[in-house]
Amino acid sequence: MIRPLSISALRSALLGTCLLLAANVFARGTGDLGIVIERADGSVQVVETSTNSSLGRIEGLGDLSHASAVYSRDEQFAYIFGRDGGLTKIDIIDKKIVKRIMQSGNSIGGAISQDGRLVAVSNYKPGGVKIFDADTLELVANIPATYGDQGLQSKVIGLVDAPGQKFVFSLWDAGEIWVADMTDVNKPVITKFKDIGKNPYDALITPDGRYYIAGLFGEDGMVLLDLWNLDAGTRRILDGYGKGEKKLPVYKMPHLEGWAIAGNFAFVPAVGHHEVLVINTLDWSEAGRIKVHGQPVFVMARPDGRNIWVNFAVPNNDTLQVIDTQSLKIIKTLTPGKGVLHMEFEPRGGQVWASIRDEDRIAVFDTETLQQLVTFDAKKPSGIFFTSRAHRIGL
Amino acid sequence: MKKMLYIASLLGAGLMTSLHAVAGVDAARQNELLYFIKHDCGSCHGMTLKGGLGPALLPETLAAKPRDYLVNTILLGRENTAMPPWNTMLSRDDAEWITEQLQDGKVMETELVLNKKSQDLSGTGK
Ligand code: HEC
Repeated sequence: MIRPLSISALRSALLGTCLLLAANVFARGTGDLGIVIERADGSVQVVETSTNSSLGRIEGLGDLSHASAVYSRDEQFAYIFGRDGGLTKIDIIDKKIVKRIMQSGNSIGGAISQDGRLVAVSNYKPGGVKIFDADTLELVANIPATYGDQGLQSKVIGLVDAPGQKFVFSLWDAGEIWVADMTDVNKPVITKFKDIGKNPYDALITPDGRYYIAGLFGEDGMVLLDLWNLDAGTRRILDGYGKGEKKLPVYKMPHLEGWAIAGNFAFVPAVGHHEVLVINTLDWSEAGRIKVHGQPVFVMARPDGRNIWVNFAVPNNDTLQVIDTQSLKIIKTLTPGKGVLHMEFEPRGGQVWASIRDEDRIAVFDTETLQQLVTFDAKKPSGIFFTSRAHRIGL
Repeated sequence: MKKMLYIASLLGAGLMTSLHAVAGVDAARQNELLYFIKHDCGSCHGMTLKGGLGPALLPETLAAKPRDYLVNTILLGRENTAMPPWNTMLSRDDAEWITEQLQDGKVMETELVLNKKSQDLSGTGK
């Protein structure tokens, strides 16, 4: 009855439908996507960098002041760490919340493991690190940051992932750095480095995953841990960089995320000074200081390392400065608007996005001409996170 | 609904006592200060003031502390802690008004009132 021809027609029709369905589920890749945290509204905007447009908004993420994010390795999901202790997994293709949990009273940041299966969150209160299954957000390990003889709990900052399925973090109150090896999630192996210095405020890991560097708030200096040689212990670098100068009040903690490295130089914010410090990464000595417009908050390298972009704490947070890494000179001072909170480079560095909180917008700059290209609306934007972070150690 | 009525009644009652408690801080400045508290103080104390690197600034913990002590903390900071002095950006009147808002837990609430008020003003063509 049924003629062969129509069977094949039917088959190809079915196949076509299947392909269509598949195409609908994955309507696009995610390599050029990102999110913008809208801190006051508890929402994130999904954005796209190929034509610089907004793709939509995901709401209901709680208190997002100081929120940060990491990506799943397939770049479909982002994990958002909120200030209120919320951990939210969102799907940036379907633009919806996949799962949201309240994991503590007060948190600060997070990281995703090398294998992509674990998401770690660092907490202020109660202080410590909690580790969750990246799929289900079920708790798989809890590492309280207990220190001293009295069983005090420290706030935890500077949490990053490191090769070998490790998480590294610092204890603000205790002045310690801990390395947690999560190879066996049921038995985390924790190596502690004590008396590293007073009040580490943030930390970073070099792009190769070898060096972990914590900035100290209570002292002028930084602490270096070589993860390839844990036995060597921590080492103080840039010791006493502000000696003899009066330290200014610090109105906003600087950040060390977004490692700024160019050739053999690394660039970091000086705490309480209007300076960017230059470190020689061959021997970790100070290689110079660059006077800037205010107290730096983020010091970030364009992906090719040619320029460094810097933003500032109040009352200088209407300004961005661009430093040339060959001459170590400021080549441009931009005043994009009030409340410049964060910058994010496109993966290959042609454009940089900046959130301008007090003016409820995002500004996009060409990193060669240093001209503003476009600006679009966002509600009290703070952090901007592009999916390319999924494939970078420490981000 | 209840909240709306409450706000409306506050507005009706000759523009809320709380907004006029400190002589040198007018309504426009109060608006600026509320924004400042949420976002700039909030970078350490949390945008909802429930604490972060700095402690929570809620009535539960602040109400019992002497007002002057807190005003001085805001203006002069606390030595050897991360709390910076704000006297280059805030006047004593500002700091007193902020302290009052914090101790009475009015930061979120007052903002509602101010927003409502500015809407009302725009409504009357002002
Ligand atoms: C850079 C971080 C930081 C910023 C920004 C900051 N604070 Fe603080 N603040 C702290 C820390 C840390 C403490 C706790 C000091 C201590 O250990 O005694 C504190 C303490 C306080 C206290 C005393 C609380 C108590 O229970 O005794 C008040 C009040 C206060 N801050 C108000 C403010 C206000 C108002 C602003 C904004 C104008 C502000 N803070 C901005 C870090 C900060």
